[in-house]
Amino acid sequence: MSCPGNIWSIAKRELSGMVSSPVAYVFIVIFLLLSAFFTFMIGGFFERGQASLASFFGWHPWVYLFLVPAVGMRMWAEERRSGTIELLLTLPVTTWQAIVGKFLASLTIIAVALLLTFPVWITVNYLGAPDNGIIVAGYTGSLLLAASYLAVTSFTSALTRNQVVSFILAVVICLFLILCGWPPVLDLLHRVFSPGLIDLVAAFSVMTHFDSIQRGVLDLRDILFFLSMILFFLLATHAVLRARRAG
Amino acid sequence: MISVSDLRKNFGAKAAVDGVSFRVERGEILGFLGPNGAGKSTTMRILTGFLPPTSGSATVAEFDVEDQPVEAKRLIGYLPENAPCYDDMTVSGFLKFCGEARGLRGSKLKQAVDRAIATCFLEPVVHQSIDTLSKGYRHRTCLAQSILHDPPVLVLDEPTDGLDPNQKHEVRALIRRMGKDKAIIFSTHILEEVEAVCTRAIIIDRGRIVANGTPDELKGRASGAGAIVLRAADRGGAALRSALARLDGCSAVEVLQEQPAILRLRPKDASAAAALAARVHGLAVREKWKLIELRIEVGRLDDVFRSITLPDTAGRDVQR
Repeated sequence: MSCPGNIWSIAKRELSGMVSSPVAYVFIVIFLLLSAFFTFMIGGFFERGQASLASFFGWHPWVYLFLVPAVGMRMWAEERRSGTIELLLTLPVTTWQAIVGKFLASLTIIAVALLLTFPVWITVNYLGAPDNGIIVAGYTGSLLLAASYLAVTSFTSALTRNQVVSFILAVVICLFLILCGWPPVLDLLHRVFSPGLIDLVAAFSVMTHFDSIQRGVLDLRDILFFLSMILFFLLATHAVLRARRAG
Repeated sequence: MISVSDLRKNFGAKAAVDGVSFRVERGEILGFLGPNGAGKSTTMRILTGFLPPTSGSATVAEFDVEDQPVEAKRLIGYLPENAPCYDDMTVSGFLKFCGEARGLRGSKLKQAVDRAIATCFLEPVVHQSIDTLSKGYRHRTCLAQSILHDPPVLVLDEPTDGLDPNQKHEVRALIRRMGKDKAIIFSTHILEEVEAVCTRAIIIDRGRIVANGTPDELKGRASGAGAIVLRAADRGGAALRSALARLDGCSAVEVLQEQPAILRLRPKDASAAAALAARVHGLAVREKWKLIELRIEVGRLDDVFRSITLPDTAGRDVQR
């Protein structure tokens, strides 16, 4: 039995579970409503007078902060609560395949939601002549950001059988990842700490890397940052699942 | 087919499984008995690769469940305790998922799912969502999952738990049928089930195996096993007693009832019970007693079970 086949089986089951419950739809609808609200009402899309989606992508770290943990919180917590984890992990699939399958299933929902924001892209192209390269970079960065949050949620979900706890832990970790590189917080820190230390802290922030991708610079280092973040938290998920079973 | 050797599992300081070893070959049905918390489920979880053992090893065919978990798991069908299922799926969707995860595709998958549905009598609920099922159907759905890929090894943790008497009967018949060419381990609290289904039984208590044998061998360990009971219509118990006590191979005679006489003889050696019974019969014929009943008592499995495991549960109650 092939590895991609197993991952696909698990991802498919996970997706069918999300599609048959309200989770996926609620996420997609809320995400679309919130992005529209922030982009047009708060972000000042029209007032800027620029043909760019900066006001659209700029809010994503905050919108994802609550929505991605909400999508991912049940990933392992629910398996553990209902006991199906025993069923899943005694199937001839590896723990790693199960982790990746579940992760990809949730990521698919997020990707669908992101794709459904295409009217924003049409609007900006209708109104002006934006740099579509920057927009592609923006979408890539946004998806990488969401995937990082999701990996964090996968980790917190494996820690507990309680979905609410897993949600709150994920929000806190993601919030930290935002704040340690958010300009207002960094400005505050500048008054106290040495610039070298602040640069180090900021390097671990998703904001720093997300912003530079938003500017249209698809730097390999930024992409690697997100990918290693995802890998790290998925490995952490694996370690937690193993440790919990070792008793 | 299944080989478990010196398996140990500690949860913190507590040893849940403490040096368990046994083998199960194809065609054997092993009943796993023991009080709650004796380590039955933990042993099964280790065997199916869900929990890693603290020490010792478990192998299925030639695959060690720790070193080659995927190969071993492929050969095992497992019904976990409490029959967990994905509540948000339909019965057929759930079985399809399990089949796919076990590498079945296309027409093979469909055949396997249809066969499992028929075997476990799930036809009426095929398209129903699992969270709407009654406990019996839910249990059988999980059982169907375990036999889906026709595995050579079946590990069933309380397969008849929560079923009604008819369903219990069906599941037992199913286990007996499948036991002809599979190696099956199942745990249960119901002792009559062990007698009805198992070729061999293991009693486990506080993580250790305290008895291992065929149901008949285990019954022979009961305190009452091998005793001879006789009932005579026309004599008093005391008169018979003195005559019987002189018989060769008899160690004790009790009068259970004086009139009509009911007496119990204990043979010196349980295996010589039949010979003693023959001598009792010979004596009765010579003395022209009007015998109504003469039988050798068979031990009861729950007597054995209780005599082996009771001291422990009593101790636990005291601690509480």
